Amino acid sequence: MVKQRTVVGAHYGLKDWIAQRATAVYMAAYTIIFALCAFSLRELNYQEWSGLFSHGLFKFLSFLFFLSVFYHAWIGIRDLWMDYIKPNGVRLALHLVTIFVLVGYAGWAAQILWRL
Amino acid sequence: MSKRTVHFKIYRYDPDKDEKPYMQDISVELEPSDKKLLDALVRLRAKDDSMSFRRSCREGVCGSDAMNINGKNGLACLTDVDSLQQPITLRPLPGLPVIRDLIVDMTQFFKQYHSIKPYLVNNDPPPERERLQSPEDREELNGLYECILCACCSTSCPSFWWNPDKFVGPAGLLAAYRFLADTRDQDTGARLDNLEDPYRLFRCHSIMNCVDVCPKGLNPTRAIGKIKDMMVRRAI
Repeated sequence: MVKQRTVVGAHYGLKDWIAQRATAVYMAAYTIIFALCAFSLRELNYQEWSGLFSHGLFKFLSFLFFLSVFYHAWIGIRDLWMDYIKPNGVRLALHLVTIFVLVGYAGWAAQILWRL
Repeated sequence: MSKRTVHFKIYRYDPDKDEKPYMQDISVELEPSDKKLLDALVRLRAKDDSMSFRRSCREGVCGSDAMNINGKNGLACLTDVDSLQQPITLRPLPGLPVIRDLIVDMTQFFKQYHSIKPYLVNNDPPPERERLQSPEDREELNGLYECILCACCSTSCPSFWWNPDKFVGPAGLLAAYRFLADTRDQDTGARLDNLEDPYRLFRCHSIMNCVDVCPKGLNPTRAIGKIKDMMVRRAI
Protein backbone atom coordinates (compact mmCIF):
# COMPACT_ATOMS: atom_id res chain seq x y z
CA MET A 1 0.00 0.00 0.00
CA VAL A 2 1.26 3.46 -0.78
CA LYS A 3 2.10 5.38 2.36
CA GLN A 4 0.02 8.52 2.71
CA ARG A 5 2.03 11.67 2.07
CA THR A 6 2.50 14.04 4.95
CA VAL A 7 0.59 17.24 4.33
CA VAL A 8 1.19 20.33 6.40
CA GLY A 9 0.21 23.97 6.02
CA ALA A 10 -3.12 24.09 7.80
CA HIS A 11 -3.00 27.90 7.99
CA TYR A 12 -4.07 28.15 11.59
CA GLY A 13 -2.38 28.10 14.94
CA LEU A 14 -1.60 31.76 15.48
CA LYS A 15 -4.97 32.56 17.09
CA ASP A 16 -4.68 29.59 19.43
CA TRP A 17 -1.15 30.61 20.35
CA ILE A 18 -2.28 34.15 21.19
CA ALA A 19 -5.37 32.85 23.00
CA GLN A 20 -3.26 30.54 25.13
CA ARG A 21 -1.16 33.49 26.28
CA ALA A 22 -4.10 35.88 26.70
CA THR A 23 -6.08 33.36 28.77
CA ALA A 24 -2.98 32.70 30.91
CA VAL A 25 -2.65 36.42 31.66
CA TYR A 26 -6.35 36.69 32.50
CA MET A 27 -6.21 33.64 34.77
CA ALA A 28 -3.23 35.10 36.63
CA ALA A 29 -5.03 38.45 37.05
CA TYR A 30 -8.25 36.74 38.20
CA THR A 31 -6.34 34.62 40.72
CA ILE A 32 -5.03 37.81 42.34
CA ILE A 33 -8.48 39.48 42.32
CA PHE A 34 -10.10 36.33 43.71
CA ALA A 35 -7.46 35.95 46.44
CA LEU A 36 -7.91 39.60 47.49
CA CYS A 37 -11.70 39.23 47.62
CA ALA A 38 -11.56 35.90 49.47
CA PHE A 39 -9.12 37.24 52.08
CA SER A 40 -11.25 40.34 52.62
CA LEU A 41 -14.26 38.26 53.69
CA ARG A 42 -15.09 38.73 57.35
CA GLU A 43 -15.45 34.98 57.90
CA LEU A 44 -15.55 31.88 55.74
CA ASN A 45 -19.17 30.74 55.62
CA TYR A 46 -21.84 30.14 52.97
CA GLN A 47 -23.50 33.56 53.35
CA GLU A 48 -20.23 35.40 52.78
CA TRP A 49 -19.34 33.19 49.79
CA SER A 50 -22.71 33.58 48.10
CA GLY A 51 -22.59 37.30 48.91
CA LEU A 52 -19.28 37.55 47.10
CA PHE A 53 -20.61 35.66 44.08
CA SER A 54 -23.93 37.51 44.00
CA HIS A 55 -22.30 40.60 42.49
CA GLY A 56 -22.92 40.76 38.76
CA LEU A 57 -19.35 41.90 38.11
CA PHE A 58 -17.92 39.01 40.11
CA LYS A 59 -20.09 36.55 38.20
CA PHE A 60 -18.89 38.11 34.94
CA LEU A 61 -15.20 37.92 35.95
CA SER A 62 -15.57 34.38 37.30
CA PHE A 63 -17.37 33.13 34.21
CA LEU A 64 -14.67 34.68 32.04
CA PHE A 65 -12.11 32.90 34.22
CA PHE A 66 -13.76 29.54 33.64
CA LEU A 67 -14.00 30.17 29.90
CA SER A 68 -10.27 31.04 29.97
CA VAL A 69 -9.49 27.81 31.84
CA PHE A 70 -11.45 25.76 29.33
CA TYR A 71 -10.00 27.47 26.24
CA HIS A 72 -6.50 27.23 27.72
CA ALA A 73 -7.10 23.58 28.55
CA TRP A 74 -8.41 22.91 25.03
CA ILE A 75 -5.20 24.18 23.44
CA GLY A 76 -2.98 22.40 25.96
CA ILE A 77 -4.77 19.06 25.73
CA ARG A 78 -5.03 19.33 21.93
CA ASP A 79 -1.25 19.86 21.87
CA LEU A 80 -0.82 16.68 23.91
CA TRP A 81 -2.90 14.69 21.44
CA MET A 82 -1.01 16.24 18.53
CA ASP A 83 2.34 15.34 20.07
CA TYR A 84 1.68 11.80 21.18
CA ILE A 85 -1.29 10.31 19.34
CA LYS A 86 -0.28 9.22 15.85
CA PRO A 87 -3.36 7.47 14.38
CA ASN A 88 -5.44 10.26 12.82
CA GLY A 89 -8.81 8.68 13.66
CA VAL A 90 -7.95 8.24 17.32
CA ARG A 91 -6.61 11.80 17.47
CA LEU A 92 -9.76 13.24 15.91
CA ALA A 93 -11.91 11.26 18.34
CA LEU A 94 -9.88 12.53 21.28
CA HIS A 95 -10.13 16.11 19.99
CA LEU A 96 -13.91 15.79 19.82
CA VAL A 97 -14.22 14.18 23.25
CA THR A 98 -12.05 17.00 24.70
CA ILE A 99 -14.23 19.67 23.09
CA PHE A 100 -17.46 18.02 24.25
CA VAL A 101 -16.19 17.67 27.81
CA LEU A 102 -14.91 21.25 27.99
CA VAL A 103 -18.06 22.77 26.47
CA GLY A 104 -20.10 20.70 28.93
CA TYR A 105 -17.96 21.97 31.79
CA ALA A 106 -18.48 25.56 30.61
CA GLY A 107 -22.27 25.12 30.73
CA TRP A 108 -22.03 23.48 34.12
CA ALA A 109 -19.79 26.29 35.45
CA ALA A 110 -22.31 28.90 34.22
CA GLN A 111 -25.15 27.05 35.90
CA ILE A 112 -23.26 26.86 39.21
CA LEU A 113 -22.21 30.52 39.09
CA TRP A 114 -25.71 31.84 38.43
CA ARG A 115 -27.22 29.55 41.05
CA LEU A 116 -25.13 31.16 43.81
CA MET B 1 49.21 17.26 29.22
CA SER B 2 50.61 13.78 29.72
CA LYS B 3 49.56 10.47 28.26
CA ARG B 4 46.32 9.27 29.81
CA THR B 5 43.73 6.58 29.34
CA VAL B 6 40.15 7.51 28.64
CA HIS B 7 37.21 5.15 29.12
CA PHE B 8 34.24 5.11 26.80
CA LYS B 9 30.81 3.55 26.66
CA ILE B 10 29.82 3.69 23.01
CA TYR B 11 26.59 2.86 21.21
CA ARG B 12 27.37 0.24 18.60
CA TYR B 13 25.11 -1.02 15.89
CA ASP B 14 25.97 -2.56 12.56
CA PRO B 15 22.70 -3.63 10.91
CA ASP B 16 24.56 -6.20 8.79
CA LYS B 17 25.96 -8.00 11.83
CA ASP B 18 24.08 -7.01 14.96
CA GLU B 19 20.57 -8.05 15.77
CA LYS B 20 20.15 -5.02 17.99
CA PRO B 21 22.24 -2.11 19.26
CA TYR B 22 24.47 -2.53 22.32
CA MET B 23 26.79 -0.36 24.44
CA GLN B 24 30.48 -1.20 24.16
CA ASP B 25 32.97 -0.48 26.95
CA ILE B 26 36.30 0.50 25.46
CA SER B 27 39.38 2.43 26.59
CA VAL B 28 42.03 4.23 24.64
CA GLU B 29 45.36 5.81 25.49
CA LEU B 30 45.64 9.43 24.42
CA GLU B 31 48.77 11.27 23.37
CA PRO B 32 49.60 14.58 25.08
CA SER B 33 48.50 16.46 21.95
CA ASP B 34 44.99 14.94 22.03
CA LYS B 35 42.70 17.66 23.32
CA LYS B 36 39.26 17.16 21.86
CA LEU B 37 36.80 14.29 21.95
CA LEU B 38 37.28 13.90 18.21
CA ASP B 39 41.02 13.28 18.74
CA ALA B 40 40.09 10.47 21.13
CA LEU B 41 37.58 9.04 18.64
CA VAL B 42 40.22 9.03 15.90
CA ARG B 43 42.55 7.10 18.25
CA LEU B 44 39.70 4.76 19.02
CA ARG B 45 39.08 4.08 15.36
CA ALA B 46 42.78 3.31 14.87
CA LYS B 47 42.27 0.63 17.53
CA ASP B 48 38.96 -0.68 16.19
CA ASP B 49 38.37 0.24 12.57
CA SER B 50 34.78 -1.00 12.63
CA MET B 51 33.82 2.01 14.76
CA SER B 52 31.85 4.44 12.59
CA PHE B 53 31.28 8.15 12.99
CA ARG B 54 31.18 11.17 10.70
CA ARG B 55 33.86 13.85 10.78
CA SER B 56 35.35 16.29 8.38
CA CYS B 57 36.72 19.72 9.23
CA ARG B 58 37.60 18.95 12.90
CA GLU B 59 37.07 22.59 13.86
CA GLY B 60 33.34 23.13 14.36
CA VAL B 61 32.54 24.39 10.88
CA CYS B 62 31.17 21.39 8.98
CA GLY B 63 28.87 20.03 11.70
CA SER B 64 29.53 16.39 10.76
CA ASP B 65 30.56 15.02 14.14
CA ALA B 66 27.43 15.91 16.11
CA MET B 67 26.61 13.21 18.64
CA ASN B 68 25.10 12.71 22.05
CA ILE B 69 27.95 13.11 24.55
CA ASN B 70 27.21 12.11 28.14
CA GLY B 71 23.53 12.75 27.45
CA LYS B 72 23.89 16.11 25.75
CA ASN B 73 24.19 16.79 22.04
CA GLY B 74 27.39 18.45 20.89
CA LEU B 75 30.23 18.42 18.40
CA ALA B 76 33.05 16.00 19.20
CA CYS B 77 35.59 18.39 17.68
CA LEU B 78 34.64 21.26 20.00
CA THR B 79 34.35 19.24 23.21
CA ASP B 80 37.38 19.05 25.49
CA VAL B 81 37.90 15.39 26.25
CA ASP B 82 39.30 16.17 29.72
CA SER B 83 36.19 18.12 30.68
CA LEU B 84 34.00 15.03 30.35
CA GLN B 85 33.03 12.68 33.13
CA GLN B 86 34.20 9.10 32.50
CA PRO B 87 33.20 6.69 31.17
CA ILE B 88 32.30 9.03 28.32
CA THR B 89 28.95 7.80 27.01
CA LEU B 90 28.53 8.37 23.29
CA ARG B 91 25.29 7.77 21.45
CA PRO B 92 24.04 8.82 18.02
CA LEU B 93 21.89 11.96 17.83
CA PRO B 94 18.52 11.04 19.38
CA GLY B 95 15.36 10.70 17.33
CA LEU B 96 16.89 10.01 13.93
CA PRO B 97 17.24 6.54 12.38
CA VAL B 98 20.68 5.03 13.01
CA ILE B 99 22.61 3.94 9.93
CA ARG B 100 25.54 2.52 11.85
CA ASP B 101 27.15 3.22 15.26
CA LEU B 102 27.19 7.02 15.68
CA ILE B 103 26.01 7.76 12.14
CA VAL B 104 22.37 8.80 11.74
CA ASP B 105 20.17 9.25 8.70
CA MET B 106 19.57 13.01 8.44
CA THR B 107 17.10 12.87 5.53
CA GLN B 108 14.17 14.05 7.64
CA PHE B 109 16.20 16.88 9.11
CA PHE B 110 17.24 18.19 5.69
CA LYS B 111 13.74 17.69 4.29
CA GLN B 112 12.47 20.11 6.92
CA TYR B 113 15.34 22.51 6.21
CA HIS B 114 14.55 22.49 2.47
CA SER B 115 10.85 23.00 3.17
CA ILE B 116 11.44 26.56 4.35
CA LYS B 117 13.15 27.57 1.07
CA PRO B 118 16.57 28.31 2.52
CA TYR B 119 17.56 30.74 -0.20
CA LEU B 120 16.96 34.37 -1.05
CA VAL B 121 13.85 35.02 -3.14
CA ASN B 122 14.08 38.29 -5.02
CA ASN B 123 12.31 38.80 -8.34
CA ASP B 124 13.99 42.09 -9.25
CA PRO B 125 16.53 41.84 -12.04
CA PRO B 126 19.90 41.11 -10.44
CA PRO B 127 22.05 44.24 -10.15
CA GLU B 128 25.48 44.34 -11.74
CA ARG B 129 27.12 44.01 -8.36
CA GLU B 130 25.75 42.47 -5.14
CA ARG B 131 22.41 43.44 -3.57
CA LEU B 132 23.43 45.89 -0.90
CA GLN B 133 22.04 46.23 2.62
CA SER B 134 22.51 48.93 5.21
CA PRO B 135 24.80 47.93 8.09
CA GLU B 136 21.75 48.00 10.42
CA ASP B 137 19.79 45.65 8.16
CA ARG B 138 22.79 43.36 7.90
CA GLU B 139 23.08 43.38 11.69
CA GLU B 140 19.69 41.59 11.85
CA LEU B 141 21.24 38.49 10.28
CA ASN B 142 23.85 38.05 12.99
CA GLY B 143 23.09 35.04 15.15
CA LEU B 144 21.08 33.51 12.29
CA TYR B 145 23.36 32.84 9.34
CA GLU B 146 26.07 31.10 11.41
CA CYS B 147 24.11 27.83 11.69
CA ILE B 148 26.15 24.87 10.43
CA LEU B 149 23.21 22.41 10.28
CA CYS B 150 24.80 19.92 12.65
CA ALA B 151 21.29 18.98 13.91
CA CYS B 152 22.30 19.13 17.59
CA CYS B 153 19.32 21.42 18.27
CA SER B 154 16.58 19.66 16.32
CA THR B 155 17.54 16.25 17.72
CA SER B 156 17.42 17.57 21.28
CA CYS B 157 13.90 18.91 20.76
CA PRO B 158 11.08 16.63 22.00
CA SER B 159 8.65 18.23 19.55
CA PHE B 160 10.98 17.19 16.72
CA TRP B 161 11.28 13.68 18.18
CA TRP B 162 7.50 13.25 18.21
CA ASN B 163 6.77 14.90 14.84
CA PRO B 164 9.92 15.00 12.69
CA ASP B 165 7.79 14.79 9.55
CA LYS B 166 5.60 17.77 10.47
CA PHE B 167 7.50 20.08 12.83
CA VAL B 168 10.19 22.11 11.04
CA GLY B 169 12.44 21.98 14.10
CA PRO B 170 14.70 24.64 15.60
CA ALA B 171 17.39 24.50 12.88
CA GLY B 172 14.86 24.89 10.08
CA LEU B 173 13.01 27.66 11.88
CA LEU B 174 16.23 29.54 12.62
CA ALA B 175 17.00 29.36 8.89
CA ALA B 176 13.42 30.43 8.10
CA TYR B 177 13.83 33.54 10.23
CA ARG B 178 17.22 34.20 8.65
CA PHE B 179 15.36 34.79 5.36
CA LEU B 180 12.35 36.49 6.96
CA ALA B 181 14.74 38.98 8.56
CA ASP B 182 16.63 39.61 5.31
CA THR B 183 15.59 42.96 3.80
CA ARG B 184 16.60 41.71 0.34
CA ASP B 185 14.09 38.86 0.43
CA GLN B 186 10.68 39.47 -1.19
CA ASP B 187 8.90 36.30 -0.17
CA THR B 188 7.98 37.27 3.41
CA GLY B 189 4.22 36.72 3.05
CA ALA B 190 4.58 33.31 1.45
CA ARG B 191 7.20 32.30 4.01
CA LEU B 192 4.87 33.19 6.87
CA ASP B 193 1.97 31.39 5.13
CA ASN B 194 4.18 28.34 4.83
CA LEU B 195 4.89 28.34 8.56
CA GLU B 196 1.42 29.21 9.87
CA ASP B 197 0.53 25.72 10.91
CA PRO B 198 -0.08 24.11 14.30
CA TYR B 199 2.62 21.55 13.51
CA ARG B 200 5.23 23.35 11.42
CA LEU B 201 5.79 26.28 13.78
CA PHE B 202 3.52 26.01 16.79
CA ARG B 203 4.87 22.67 18.03
CA CYS B 204 7.62 24.79 19.61
CA HIS B 205 6.81 25.25 23.29
CA SER B 206 9.96 27.29 24.00
CA ILE B 207 11.62 24.72 26.26
CA MET B 208 14.97 25.95 24.88
CA ASN B 209 16.79 22.59 24.63
CA CYS B 210 18.00 23.93 21.28
CA VAL B 211 19.64 26.96 22.88
CA ASP B 212 21.22 24.75 25.52
CA VAL B 213 23.02 22.52 23.02
CA CYS B 214 23.86 24.77 20.05
CA PRO B 215 27.62 24.47 19.58
CA LYS B 216 27.69 27.83 17.81
CA GLY B 217 25.91 29.60 20.68
CA LEU B 218 22.86 30.49 18.56
CA ASN B 219 19.34 31.01 19.87
CA PRO B 220 16.66 29.30 17.74
CA THR B 221 14.01 29.95 20.41
CA ARG B 222 14.47 33.70 20.02
CA ALA B 223 14.24 33.38 16.23
CA ILE B 224 11.04 31.33 16.59
CA GLY B 225 9.65 34.03 18.89
CA LYS B 226 10.43 36.63 16.24
CA ILE B 227 8.62 34.59 13.58
CA LYS B 228 5.57 34.50 15.86
CA ASP B 229 5.94 38.27 16.39
CA MET B 230 5.92 38.81 12.62
CA MET B 231 2.78 36.70 12.32
CA VAL B 232 1.05 38.62 15.09
CA ARG B 233 2.01 41.95 13.52
CA ARG B 234 0.63 40.95 10.16
CA ALA B 235 -2.58 39.50 11.63
CA ILE B 236 -3.71 42.21 14.01
